[in-house]
Parts: sequence; structure tokens; C-alpha cells
Amino acid sequence: MAGRNGASQIVVALAVAVFALCFPFFASGYHLYQGAQVLILAIALLGLNLLTGFNGQISLGHGAFFAIGGYGTAILITKFGLPYWAAIPLASVVCFGAGFLFGFPALRFGGLYLALATFALAVATPQMLVYKGFDAYTGGAMGLQLSKPHAPFGLPLSADQWLYLFCLAFAAALYWAASNLVRGRVGRALIAIRDQPIAAETMGVDAPLFKTTCFGVSALYAGVAGGLSAIVVGFVSPESFGLPLSLAFLVGLVVGGLASLGGMLFGALFIEFVPNIADQLTVSFGESAKALPGAVYGVLLILVMAVAPLGVAGAVKAAAGAARRAFSSSR
Amino acid sequence: MLTRRSFLQSGVTAAALAAGAGPSRAANAPGVTDSEIKIGQTMPYSGPASAYGVIGRTEAAYFKMINEQGGVNGRKINLISLDDGYSPPKTVEQVRRLVEQEQVAFLFQTLGTPPNTAIRPYCNEQKVPQLFVATGAAKWNDPKHFPWTIGYNPSYQTEARIYAKQILATKPDAKIAILYANDDFGKDYIVGFKEGLGASHAGMIVKEATYENSEPTVDSQVVTLQGSGADLFFIVATPKFAAQAIRKSFDLGWNATRYITNVSVSIATVLKPAGLEKSKGLITGGYVLDVTDPRYKDNPEVKAWKAFTDKYMSAAQYIDANAAYAFGAAATMIQVLKQCGSDLSRENVMKQAANLNKFAAPLLIPGITINTSPDVYDPIRQLQLLTFNGTSWEPSGGILQG
Repeated sequence: MAGRNGASQIVVALAVAVFALCFPFFASGYHLYQGAQVLILAIALLGLNLLTGFNGQISLGHGAFFAIGGYGTAILITKFGLPYWAAIPLASVVCFGAGFLFGFPALRFGGLYLALATFALAVATPQMLVYKGFDAYTGGAMGLQLSKPHAPFGLPLSADQWLYLFCLAFAAALYWAASNLVRGRVGRALIAIRDQPIAAETMGVDAPLFKTTCFGVSALYAGVAGGLSAIVVGFVSPESFGLPLSLAFLVGLVVGGLASLGGMLFGALFIEFVPNIADQLTVSFGESAKALPGAVYGVLLILVMAVAPLGVAGAVKAAAGAARRAFSSSR
Repeated sequence: MLTRRSFLQSGVTAAALAAGAGPSRAANAPGVTDSEIKIGQTMPYSGPASAYGVIGRTEAAYFKMINEQGGVNGRKINLISLDDGYSPPKTVEQVRRLVEQEQVAFLFQTLGTPPNTAIRPYCNEQKVPQLFVATGAAKWNDPKHFPWTIGYNPSYQTEARIYAKQILATKPDAKIAILYANDDFGKDYIVGFKEGLGASHAGMIVKEATYENSEPTVDSQVVTLQGSGADLFFIVATPKFAAQAIRKSFDLGWNATRYITNVSVSIATVLKPAGLEKSKGLITGGYVLDVTDPRYKDNPEVKAWKAFTDKYMSAAQYIDANAAYAFGAAATMIQVLKQCGSDLSRENVMKQAANLNKFAAPLLIPGITINTSPDVYDPIRQLQLLTFNGTSWEPSGGILQG
């Protein structure tokens, strides 16, 4: 039974991988842009899930780390002349530092208080970006414009195909890293701190170190996502990283499924496409409803959570379990 | 290899063939058929700037009215207006959808400075007209670098230049004190104002003070500015701070001529909180007429606007200045399409948008017209000076050119 379950998981993973790899060769530029956005969101959600899903630290402020990654990448490219592929890792290291340092005060906050502290971070960041002391670097309210990179080595790929594959490579590598992390000793320690902090410490887990490092790694993921976003969009401005982004991350995390890495793909698909669907649905309610995409989005979100309270990953697991039971009882 | 551009070109050809365009004349833009012109737009229907969503709704209603009257040269206008939540990454996505999937002929009144900045390179690379962007930044007037992007609103710099010229004409020995927001909005005004004064009169500015949007009040700045002995106070501030500056300058007994920027002239949100009596004598420049002003009661455009909002919208939109603004912008776009005649290629749409001559869009203050040319991409460069008389804004003097 377990073997069949494992085999079906491998089949699903392979199908997703094959689809993701073939996608750029039949999709239009517009769909590739959306695909890249989904991958970027999925990377940020992976990072948030390490922190919130596995380690139990709630963050409402991951938009801030996303912003640091995005602006860091844009500044390194425009002001320091770095190539884009070098700017992203450097900017995400900065994010790791920022996240690690933020992890220290976070140690003193639990649960909702940490949520509030990170919320403040999300509110403050767009304003910090237009602060006059920094505007020589950040471009103030006007933001920074980046030119679109083309495929290197004369590869016969369009800019959209190349950027999609570039994001896919990052997403795959970071997914692999995250799944290795949570399966091993570190992952067990993170989960132990989440579920039984006192027991974990008596077992010799250095909780402060694990928690701050986890914050740093989570911020690093958000930073990579932010950097990729800056390059794919070709523009950063404070409006790109507002509070709605941080909240969208939380929505994606819960919809995808806490402590499920694969679920983050669903979470990313949700926050990328459901606002569009909401916008489309308002059209069918007539002109006067054109002001209400937010309301439609809210209703859709409630419906999804009512149908799948444990997120899409939880629902899939439950459905697979039910199918298995039905299959074995009928036999 | 199918690059994006060749893909698009093949799309263009297919659309042209579908439309039955003969090979002899320039192909119509994608989205143009014998019965329809498809155009695209992004609007913040959700998110922090959703108050501006009324602009998109008014324009959709205006085109509905045009369509019921038979369209333009027999073609109906199909406006696809998508929500971008005022988030530049979403704007890029929606614009790519409009151009690549929906195959719109061009974009019209995409709203906001950051969203438009994000899509400008794409529109110019793809040669898709980005018509009459709804933002007050000065940078849209750049036909040399971005020939496919054209502005609409009078820019902050234009407005500030007009004030400077007016001051030189009426009070050439003024000692000027300026309060301004320390952001791009404030700095745009300062650039235009100093340009308008010219280097030889730069000495007229005796004191400048800035404020941050995070500050609770600007009272101390106003006190400092009064202390400079200035007799002309130029207030470059967003509504909340403008109200404070108006009130404080009055309470100090500072007997200066006060100019205030067009963004903070709402009687309801600025002047009433500041005190109507304390706001008396303020000078500003406007371009959209105030439909609630009894002076324009019998103006035929205001009557048409009333009939339009009664039929297609509601009483709330009748008094909404953003809706009145959109009414004029939509009419301007229809004028461009009329000028295009039967040649609806993207090249010609852009050419005609840059060839508007004294077009009096509805609900602009009488006398203000829209003028563009291949090297002038800021359509509205005129303002009417207005003085606040304690109850309403009263026109004073003629129309001024920036």
C-alpha cells in the first residue's frame, strides 16, 4: 500500500516536472510571464512555509524580504553594474542577513505578537524605500527600471522562454533544498520546536539558533523570489511590494497547505490566478460590480477554505486516502 | 525559431486577413474588424488606489453610449478594462494579456505612474499605442525615446510653471516662501516652478521648507516660513497637509498671497477642514470644471453630463471630479478614432493622437483645449486661474499657458 502511494507520488512529481519543462515550448509569451510569476510566488511560499508551516513562526511581513531581494537585485544591476545572475544570489544573501537579524527580536515574541511585529515590517518597508536618504539608490517613488535579459550563449530562446526557465531552475533547486532540509535532522528539530518547544530544548536542540537561522533561510527564499520578480517584471517600485503582497503570501500558504512543500505550487497558482478570475467574474455581474473584484475574491477564498480547510495539499491527501479505502473495500 | 515578435507579427497578419484587409493599404491594428475596435486598459479596481476605479467605469459607460449611437464610423468600441490593483507586476501581466491574448488595437488611460512606468518599455518595443495615460508625472512627454506613449493630465511641472509666470506678471517683487512634500510629487513642482521663474528671478524664493508624509503636522514649517518675511506662500502639499498649512498661515495672521496646487483644492476634503473663511483668497489653477458650481448650471456640457450620469451611472458619479475627468478623456479618444477615418493601423492611431488641434473635450473649463503634435506629447498645457471666494472657486483672468 505504502509502496503504491510512494509510486503514485513519484508519477505526479514526474508529470509536474515534465509539464514545467515542456511548457515554454508551446506557451505564449504572456503565459510564460504568468508561469514565471507562479514560480516566483512558489519560491516565496516555500520560504514562508519553512518558517510558519514547519517552525511555527507566523510572519505577515514576507513582502518586506521580497522587497529587499527585489530592490537589492535592481540596485546591484543598475548602480553597481552587476549581471543579473550574480545580483540575485548576492541580494538574497543580504536577505538572509536581514532575516537572521530580525529573527533575534522574533525570539521574544510568540504567536500573534510575532505576527504583529512582522506586520509592522510589511507596513514600514514601502515607506523606507522612498525615504530621501536612500532615494539615490532606490529611485524614490519612481522606482528603478531594468532592461530585460536575453538568453545567454546564443541559445535559441526568446527572452520570455529564457526567464521562465531561469525561474524554473531556481524553483527546482530551492524546492530540492527545502525538501532535504525538512526531511533530515534540521527538519525534525524545526518541527520539534514548533510542537513541543520545551521537550525539544531538553533533547538538546538549540532553539534560538534554529529559530533565527530558520528566519534567515526563509527570508533568503523570499529574497530570491523578489530578485527574480524584479528581473521578470523589469521594474521595481514601492507599489510592487505593499502590504497586499505580504497578505497574499499568507493566503497562498494556507490555501496550499501548511507544512506541505508540494502544496506551495497550488498556493502560488491560487494567488496568481484567482484575482484574475475574480476580475473576470465581476464582468458578468454588470458594470456596477466592476468595483468589487475584492469582494468576489473574498467569497472564492471562503469557498476554498470551506471545501479544503487543510489547504489543497490536505484535500488531495484526504481524497487519495478516501480513494484508497474505496478501492480496497470494493476488492 | 518562433520569437515573440515574429509570433506577434504572424498574429497581426492573421488578424488583418481575418478582417479582410486588402494588401494595398496599411493593415489595420489587431482587434479592429469591420464592426468593432477592441481596446485595452488597466485600472485599480481593487487595492489602495481603488477610488480611481470610477475612471474606468465612466469610460466604459461613455463607450456604451457611443455604441448605442452607432459607434465610430460604424465600428463599436469594445473596452476591455482589467484590474491591476495598482501593482506594477500585475499591470505588466494584464497588459501582456491585452496585447497578446485579447489582441487589442491599443491601450487607453492605463492608470497610475508606477504601473505605466512598468509597461512603457513593453508598449514601445511592441509598438502598441499607450494613449492618454492617467497620471500627472512629467515624464510621459518624451516622444523621442517613447514615441508610443502619450500623456493626458497637465503635469505638475506645467502647473508650477503657470504659477511662476502668473507671479512674475502680477507680483514681480514678491518674496516667495514654499512648503513642499519631500517626494517626487513635491519635487516635480519645484522643478517646474524654478524653471518658470527663470534663473534671473531665482532670488525671489526667500525660503523653502519640506515635510515628510509621516509627519503629524506642518505647523512648525509654516511658522519658519512666515519668519522669513515672505509675502507670497506657495503650498505644495497633499490634502491633509494643505489644510493644515492653510489654517496655520491664517491663524498666524500671515498676510501673504497664497497659491495652492491643484491636487488639494477639494472644498469638502481640504477647505472645509481648514475653515472656509480661512481659505478665502487662495489661488490655484484648474482644468476640469466643477459641475456643482452654480455658475455652470446652464452649460450644455454640464447638462449632457447630467443626462449621461442619469442614464448610465448614478448621482454619486455626477459630483465625482474623477468621473468628470474620465468623461473628457473618453471623448478625446473618440476624437482620435474619428480623425483616423478608415485607416486604423497602430501607426495612424498614434499619429492622430499626436495631431489633436484645439480639441475642446467636454467638461474642461471653457477655453481650455487639447493640443498635441509629433514632438509635444502633453495634451493639456493650459489652466484657468481660480480664486476661492469663501464658498466656491471663481475664475480670475484668462486661460494661462504652461
